[in-house]
Amino acid sequence: MATGLIRRIEGLPIILVFACILGLFMFTAPGVFLSPFIYTTFLSTLPPLILLALGLTFVIGAGEIDLSFPAIIAFSGFVFALLFKEYQLGWIAVVAALAAGLLVGFVNGLLVAKVGIPSFIATLGTQFFWAGMATVLSGGKSYALRGAEESSVWQVLVGRIDFGPNAPIWLNQISLQAVWTALIAFFLWTILTRHRFGEHILFIGDSNEVSRVVGIDVDREKIRLFTLMGGLAGLAAIFLTLENKNFFGNQGQGYLLTAIASVLIGGTSIFGGRATIIGTIFGCFIIGMLEAGLVASGLTGAWVRTVQGLIFLIAIVFYLYVEEPQRRAAFLARLGFSAKFGRAKAAE
Amino acid sequence: MDETSATEAVAEPGFRDIVRLEGVQKYFGSVHALRDISLAIGRNEIVGLIGDNGAGKSTLIKVMTGVLAPTAGKIFIRDREVDLADYSVRMAHDLAIETVYQDKSLADKQPLWRNFFVGRQITNRFGYIDIKREKKIAEEVLLRSIGFRGVGITVDSTVAQLSGGERQGIAIGRAMHYNSDLIVLDEPTVALAVKEVRKVLDFVRRIKDSGRACVYIEHNLAHVHEVADRLIVLDRGSVVAEIAPRDMSVADLTEFLIDLQKAK
Repeated sequence: MATGLIRRIEGLPIILVFACILGLFMFTAPGVFLSPFIYTTFLSTLPPLILLALGLTFVIGAGEIDLSFPAIIAFSGFVFALLFKEYQLGWIAVVAALAAGLLVGFVNGLLVAKVGIPSFIATLGTQFFWAGMATVLSGGKSYALRGAEESSVWQVLVGRIDFGPNAPIWLNQISLQAVWTALIAFFLWTILTRHRFGEHILFIGDSNEVSRVVGIDVDREKIRLFTLMGGLAGLAAIFLTLENKNFFGNQGQGYLLTAIASVLIGGTSIFGGRATIIGTIFGCFIIGMLEAGLVASGLTGAWVRTVQGLIFLIAIVFYLYVEEPQRRAAFLARLGFSAKFGRAKAAE
Repeated sequence: MDETSATEAVAEPGFRDIVRLEGVQKYFGSVHALRDISLAIGRNEIVGLIGDNGAGKSTLIKVMTGVLAPTAGKIFIRDREVDLADYSVRMAHDLAIETVYQDKSLADKQPLWRNFFVGRQITNRFGYIDIKREKKIAEEVLLRSIGFRGVGITVDSTVAQLSGGERQGIAIGRAMHYNSDLIVLDEPTVALAVKEVRKVLDFVRRIKDSGRACVYIEHNLAHVHEVADRLIVLDRGSVVAEIAPRDMSVADLTEFLIDLQKAK
């Protein structure tokens, strides 16, 4: 019955875990975690991760995977940086970068839905292709966007909200990309939980066969799904490039593990059919917080990936245990245990 | 979804056959799965579809219900020819044809109320689902038509929590709810306990009593012999016989099918 309560409040276990880790860091690194500035910093650094993870929540919920988003970060980021810096195109650069992301996603969707390539392979291929394109076209150069903060693009997308000179300093450091990301997250939450598209995505993740039988156009929804993912990755690329005021070719590479881990830590099922936006957001908070927290607690940065990987695995095992009783039994049986823990199976 | 379409379709009088196939062919690559199938399903009858594994029974009903497009041939619904380019599951639903597949009708991890309405959700014009209304209707069907009272199953239960018989009940209840003229059942009694088989057979009879027609695929000849008005025998993609159950006992029917096999 404990699982009943856990299911009733969306993302409850992960919120509790988040609170525990936060409390731990407040204890081990009070100087950092008890001041507001670390949190305003998160507001400017986390949005790209969150946008990617939101898209992946739909993708993984549909029982698919997208490995190409780091390449979209590179390619869309390049399109944006080139048009913004070399051609001074401002908002047109934003539109072009978004369109590039949508296009890459759309192609992924066609490869998966119409050509019928498993998404793992299809997006592995497109990952190499578009990352390669970004490198070739940029000639391996990076673009520094000096003076970008003067532009309306920068001010509207990633500027800081001005609460006036009398407000506390930290309040004036709240960044707009956090606001946009929060709005997008809310919108996508309504789509996943209350919109026809979200329902179709979860049914597809549950079973392609059942989905076809009940009249869902599975191919069309998958194309939409990957296109959505591409668009979100394109936006993440714009935020990232603007926030750093710099574009470099492998700026997306660090997100592959962290974005997928955030989604799965949050409680979206690796087998598809169940997905949670709230869980994903807290998964992002945890993944993002670890780096600052571990370093501030006195560990070297080299530990960050190790701990992220460990928490990722613990989370997967946890969800496997709580939410997939049949699979758990099958897994234990494979290891030579019966469903009742610890008892070895009779000689095979 | 358009809630009125199904009811209007039921009210439309003056047709002879609910579904009629003429010269339907289906190829999967070079495999000829259906060979020149012509058959008609009239009103208020239960038609049993029998034949060995691979005879084409499942393919036939998938073509009939819009899941698969035939390679050639014509489909008439209520004597009107269907444009095969447009024919889909959704269109079949709109034309009051419902299908209950063996174990592919419901999605395991989703709650019952979503399973009830998926594919034809009650939404506003932006596509947002009216969750309250869907749940309320699903609950009524659950209690009234299917009789799930006091067994610990609610509209929020997931399908994975149900027994095999309960799943068939939900799927058939859903089909009845949509006021269909024709309900297609694909081996609904497979892997069910004897008591639950009874329930399902009663349900098949109830489909007929309510004035609807039913196409019933079944491996168990005794089950289908008991409820069907007419049996259509498929063999290697062709219709090879039509039998009235009252003219042939179950034993003779079994003999007949075995002879078909020997003839291969």
